[in-house]
Amino acid sequence: MAKVVAVTGNEACANALRQVNPDVCGIYPITPQTDMMQRFASYIADGKVDTESILVESEHSSMSACIGAAAAGGRVVTATSSQGLALMWEMLHIASGDRLPIIMPVVNRALSAPLNIHGDHSDAMGARDTGWIQLWSENGQEAYDNTIQAFRIGEHMDIRLPVMVCLDGFIISHSIERMEYLEDQEVKDFVGPFKNFLPLLDLDKPKSYGPLILTDLYHEYKRAQHEVMTKVKDVVLDVAKDFEKLSGRKYGIFETYRLEDADIAIVILNSAAGTTKDVIDEFRNKGIEAGLLKPRLFRPFPFEEVAEALKHVKAVCVMDRADSFGGYGPLFMEVASALYPLERKPLLLNKVYGLGGRDYLPSHAAQVLTELHEISRSGKVNVLKEYIGVRE
Amino acid sequence: MQAFPEYGPERAGAPLRAYNRVASKELRMHCPVLEPDVVTVVDATLLDSINIAEGAKDNTAFVINTTKDPKEIRAKLKAGPKQRVVTVDATKIALDCFGRAMPNSPMLGAVCKVTGLISIDHLLDDVRKSFGKKFSQKIIDGNLEATKRGYEEVKEG
Repeated sequence: MAKVVAVTGNEACANALRQVNPDVCGIYPITPQTDMMQRFASYIADGKVDTESILVESEHSSMSACIGAAAAGGRVVTATSSQGLALMWEMLHIASGDRLPIIMPVVNRALSAPLNIHGDHSDAMGARDTGWIQLWSENGQEAYDNTIQAFRIGEHMDIRLPVMVCLDGFIISHSIERMEYLEDQEVKDFVGPFKNFLPLLDLDKPKSYGPLILTDLYHEYKRAQHEVMTKVKDVVLDVAKDFEKLSGRKYGIFETYRLEDADIAIVILNSAAGTTKDVIDEFRNKGIEAGLLKPRLFRPFPFEEVAEALKHVKAVCVMDRADSFGGYGPLFMEVASALYPLERKPLLLNKVYGLGGRDYLPSHAAQVLTELHEISRSGKVNVLKEYIGVRE
Repeated sequence: MQAFPEYGPERAGAPLRAYNRVASKELRMHCPVLEPDVVTVVDATLLDSINIAEGAKDNTAFVINTTKDPKEIRAKLKAGPKQRVVTVDATKIALDCFGRAMPNSPMLGAVCKVTGLISIDHLLDDVRKSFGKKFSQKIIDGNLEATKRGYEEVKEG
């Protein structure tokens, strides 16, 4: 039986971690850490979980501790945000390269400089190429559901990869919303016992992790990482099917909203997708066929499926809450790559919005949809990449 | 239901904006409330420094913690004929009930009365539950009394 609660995104993720009851949690307790780990530390202190916490002196060490514990053979979690994820960067590659299924909620916040603490996707987009699976979440419910499903995905014997669960800083992490919790036992049964794969603590079969591999096999090793990523999508869908049976909530590799017959569409991640859906309804009421695509699985990116979902649309705007300065926004680059092989493809544009927690308002969505509507008629894109909601 | 503050360099006494949405359908909008149905001002000195009526609709209700008469506040806000202006001396109620100038619970009572979204009994039950875990019986009783008085002592003008 589901329990209806009013909680923050951080509280929801911490509760998901409590329900999973992992073996080890690396914790760096200081800013930019959020209260997600504070809450989880309370569960540890109160004896609500059997987790062993390792308090460390930096996020780099936090991820290092997680890597050690996961290689030893434990189910391992941590959480971070912003500069913390940036400081982990080197170790993120080692977690994925060693094929360690560490689960980490990431509260998406801006990177310095200038110093800013607010919602922004620059942190997780900076970790795009680290070999981690990335699931993105619109609200607290999705962050909770994704955190639970992440264990089944990352720990799958065909996958064995670390997973980041991304949720918007403050907008979701620190806001209270209505959501539903599963029962503890349901989560426990869904996630199942941790299955080991080549644990270091199996002393009868000694092994080593991360040894030197030079020109002889490094290329093949990385090709294997690419290969395993191609299998992730099906596992994500299988896990989502089981999760729907349990919760009634349906998940895919992305969500579409009124997209099937749309002339124009917005592609957008996380909490801004909800605001956009409301504005799409308004445009539909005015007779403008607007739709939305919200990626859930960003790494690996489902190129073919995204192309299939968008191919009939006349004009698409990909909206990024992060920038690759001197390039296009990271989400735009993926969608553009996905659409390129199509013979007839939508006109495409890129808007950067909401950096450093700048509010994404319904008026911004309306502005973009109005421009898309004009483009769909004229067939002409004036400015390909542009900042919106910006003070000139 | 959504509840979220605007985060910034907060410290005691600094102005703070927080938002709530209540609906019977799923709330997908994730941005500040731009056109409020209810504006609650916990510290009336803010009336002199910011425009609390920004984005207000024709029928928005203002609930103000002040010793002043609602008519005086109505004039100050230049409130429209359909806009409601409600005052309550929440700070005095808080001082009377539990001896500290923390007007939150009487303000909750006042908002409960003005919106009619939930019954006062339901609200008192919630206050009892949320205070019950952390505070002594004296504090709980004081806050329950303060919530009730906030509900009863609203003045509309």
